[in-house]
Amino acid sequence: MNRVRSAAITLVSPRGAVFLLLAIMLVAITVLNPNFAEPGQFIRFVQRVAPIAIVAIGQYFVIVSGEFDLSMGALITAQVVIAGNLIGQDESKSVPVLLFMIAFGIVVGIVNGLVTTLLKVPSFIVTLGMMLALSGGVLFWTGGAATGNPADGFRQIGRGGIRDVPIVDIIPFSVIILVVLLALAIWFSKRPFGRTLIAIGDSSTAARFAGARVWQVKTTAFVISSLTATVSGVLLVGYAGVHPSVGQGYEFIAITAVVLGGVVLGGGRGWVVAAVAGAFALEALFTLLNFAGIPSTLRDAIQGGIIILAVAYSATTFRARRKGHSTQTLPPGKEPDANDGPAQPAPQMSPATGSEH
Amino acid sequence: MRRKHMTAALVGGAAVLIALTGCTTDPSVTPGGGGEDPDAVEWFDQALFDTQAAQLEATPEGPDGQPWLQYIDAEMVDTSSYASTGAKKVCFSNASIGNPWRQTGWITMNEQLKVLQEQGAISEMETRDAQDSDDTQIADIDYFISDGNCDAFIISPNSTAALTPAVERACETGKPVVVFDRGVQTECQTTFIHPVGGFGWGIESANFLVDNLEEGDKVVALRILPGVDVLEQRWAAAEKIFADNGIEAVNYFTGADPAEIKKIISDELAKGDVQGVWMDAGDGAVAAIEAFEDAGVDYPVMTGEDELSFLRKWDETGLTGLGTVYSNFQWRTPLLAVQKIFAGEEIPKEWVLPQKSITKDELADALEANEGMPDGHYARFGGEDLPGYPTVWQDRIIP
Amino acid sequence: MSTAAVRPRRRVPLDSTLIVYIALIGVIAIGAILVASVGRNFFSEGNIRDILTGMSVLGLVAVGQTLVILTGSLDLSVPYVISLSSLLAAETMKGYSGNIIQGVLIALGIAAVIGLANGLIVTKLKVNGFIATLGIGLIVKGYLDTFYKGSSGSVPAEFQYIGATGIGPVPISTIIMLALATLVFLFLRRTRTGHHIYAVGGSLDVARLSGLRTAQPIIVAHVICSVTAGMAGLLLASRLGVGSPTVGSQGGYDLLSIAAVVLGGTLLAGGRGSIWGTIGGVAIFAVLNSVMSVMQVNPFLKDVVRGVVIVVAVAVYTGRVIEQRRARYGTKEVAK
Repeated sequence: MNRVRSAAITLVSPRGAVFLLLAIMLVAITVLNPNFAEPGQFIRFVQRVAPIAIVAIGQYFVIVSGEFDLSMGALITAQVVIAGNLIGQDESKSVPVLLFMIAFGIVVGIVNGLVTTLLKVPSFIVTLGMMLALSGGVLFWTGGAATGNPADGFRQIGRGGIRDVPIVDIIPFSVIILVVLLALAIWFSKRPFGRTLIAIGDSSTAARFAGARVWQVKTTAFVISSLTATVSGVLLVGYAGVHPSVGQGYEFIAITAVVLGGVVLGGGRGWVVAAVAGAFALEALFTLLNFAGIPSTLRDAIQGGIIILAVAYSATTFRARRKGHSTQTLPPGKEPDANDGPAQPAPQMSPATGSEH
Repeated sequence: MRRKHMTAALVGGAAVLIALTGCTTDPSVTPGGGGEDPDAVEWFDQALFDTQAAQLEATPEGPDGQPWLQYIDAEMVDTSSYASTGAKKVCFSNASIGNPWRQTGWITMNEQLKVLQEQGAISEMETRDAQDSDDTQIADIDYFISDGNCDAFIISPNSTAALTPAVERACETGKPVVVFDRGVQTECQTTFIHPVGGFGWGIESANFLVDNLEEGDKVVALRILPGVDVLEQRWAAAEKIFADNGIEAVNYFTGADPAEIKKIISDELAKGDVQGVWMDAGDGAVAAIEAFEDAGVDYPVMTGEDELSFLRKWDETGLTGLGTVYSNFQWRTPLLAVQKIFAGEEIPKEWVLPQKSITKDELADALEANEGMPDGHYARFGGEDLPGYPTVWQDRIIP
Repeated sequence: MSTAAVRPRRRVPLDSTLIVYIALIGVIAIGAILVASVGRNFFSEGNIRDILTGMSVLGLVAVGQTLVILTGSLDLSVPYVISLSSLLAAETMKGYSGNIIQGVLIALGIAAVIGLANGLIVTKLKVNGFIATLGIGLIVKGYLDTFYKGSSGSVPAEFQYIGATGIGPVPISTIIMLALATLVFLFLRRTRTGHHIYAVGGSLDVARLSGLRTAQPIIVAHVICSVTAGMAGLLLASRLGVGSPTVGSQGGYDLLSIAAVVLGGTLLAGGRGSIWGTIGGVAIFAVLNSVMSVMQVNPFLKDVVRGVVIVVAVAVYTGRVIEQRRARYGTKEVAK
């Protein structure tokens, strides 16, 4: 009984709220369209969430370390266009081009990471600049429109799957890739790397004094983020085809998903599974809106409302307060400084000072 | 506020939002008769609808085989006051090259420019690209007026009402002003070049669907963006025709994102059968068709655009389709109009270019003529007789 | 203990605002040379007017954004507030000059309400400024997309003069923008709330423990930011002659205003920055845009140039050592 009770409490707490939200969404969709619950249909739903969930994983690592990656969307577009133009209809080029795309993603991530950590430019600005440079660069190179969809073999990664599986009928490759990446991400976050990342997000000075190489760890987080954007791009080439607007806005969707999952902007807290659940909840919301026939123009408003409510919920509920975590969410790029001296009290103490925060 | 109340308020708020999403009905479904739909009320214009319907049927005047020089129902205007010799400098204020249609047209226009430069009619064309911003384009036009040393202005306005004062200022300089593609709300320009129009598009595409479907069939309409005049007119006409013929039409905004398009179609297919797809532009047509493939259902009757990605997929799948057209060759006409103006020749005040969709019969020829072109190329680009053909469009180097 | 004997000889550190203006002069110099190479005069009346016009709208938004960033928050809702205010103004005015005051008040009033909502969500609901304003922005966007299908309303000729005329090469809109910047500058320097804005941005906890009502400066900053965005919307309505639901997003004012603020030397984390630095940042962008247009640079490359300039410029600043706190013994605190 106690376990059930504590599980229920976790579900309602900020940590678990996103799962509750996701469950409500899925139930609502099924009510509107009972076909949805069919395994075959459901697995296709997972297939289309996969690109979003994967970028949410990447963005999770960056946000938990206290930074932002705004260049994800532009990187996805760039990778999609690279795939389209370099592979063309020649399937034999798939593997070399894929390797090139991965290398390209790593380079972008390293640049993001090094400029943020070594040149000390706020990641918001670095990734904003990278976003502009990538989108402009890619469009310049291709003359604005991609040559076309690459060979079907390459596209099968995002579009196809293992067929004739009992019950679900098809296990899309995207789903397999998502599961693998999620497992990797969970493993990463339990390793010293992941723990250091959270520590850095919490207080990079303390982490540095504890011996962490902040710049290395953060840069790795940016590289992970860029790689997830690359993988997502590969999947989208298959799912959606090549077009300059594929991937647009994905950085904001990723940040929204991560934040819905209860990860605090400014870093220091969060669970990667919750971030992925946030991605699912977001896509479930969009699907629900499609099924309910909500005019697409209202979707943005509803999305905006839900984001605010979800984050407010995790910021103001009793659990957060009781545990004594600071409810002050740090603004982007801010790090508590060693130089602040004894004048600054431990930020972890949240005095019970009534309504005025 | 006490914490408990805060939590309760938030949960309550969330519940209300979710309940709302469940309860709201879809005002964009028009079950034959379409009454108070705000779309139809604001954009639909019966007079314009009828005019364009007639223009679609009319035979254009002008040189055979050169549709970019043909015109329909023209009232000519006398340009003898502008007649003068010597190569002229043209200043072009471009709304943007932000989509494949505009990019294709821009390449074609530059090839046309080379021809006219060789003929000595035009010395140079200075271009300012507004990158889809009204404010920037107004500033661009003002800069041309003050510093451009222009002999003539060519303007492709980003939006109709907002650019009107700037175009009027250009007219006040006394130099010839050529407006093309989207129009403005003034008549001061020397000529306004455009194909038949948005209503024409909607009429042709919707009639095609109506002819090939039965009453009660469902059509999913994929629209790129709200609020763009040329696009809204297309949908306004189509919506009316669907409503008048008992076709159930639902419309979505897609942002031209193929992933979005695929999701929308998949969701629609999950809800029930879809017999037809209507698009107000060609981007992402392939994704829509693939959604049907992925779901394992029959291909729909579909109208797209003369963008090669759609034409190729149409040919490959053999579906019943129509390539609606918003003549891309209109990008050649402004420079030719400038040439005529300085030669003192008469030109139409409102230069309505022909707008002929690509039908099944023409599909094979169109594909053959455009073999090797990128997917973002447009079949009706009208540049086959220009010097750079075909490599300039194949390589797609933006000038 | 004599501090004079102990103090080592130090170079005078450059004020970050000064750096911005030095950079601006550099950009102008390079720009003038490039423009001359294509046969144009950078300092012609038309070109100066083009640059100053380009500064006006972004300048209005960036001034407000500076305040918000100083408190440690962000405002991503500005493009939609701009569009909404242009529509409200144009529709209220309906072409009659008698309605001008009414139109202006309604537009700015609604903008202030949105700013208030932003501020309250950030302070009372404890939501990060990024998310709060992103959410509110999306709500306004949904409203705009649903209820407006294109430009509407009509601005009377008298109001259009604001956007279209000037004194010599200096547009009236630029004068208004500079006047606003001066007002806000004085607000920050001379009023208590202004000082509190810096305090709250510097360290929220220290501010609270010092007895400040920390919610108030943040809310005030958000309200002012939305009001300046509303003013930008009015200016655009004046230039366009109509209200437009997309004019705000066309200009990319959210990310560009943040970039201009950071370019101007304000710390993204808050607590340190200056209005004049921001204006310098806005000017750099305007000059850059103008030079690239005159040289007919490929539009896609323009974005690449902007991106690189933003990152390089900020890297140059943060490369300089910024004193975080005043030294305890003797040496003067570095000016902002």
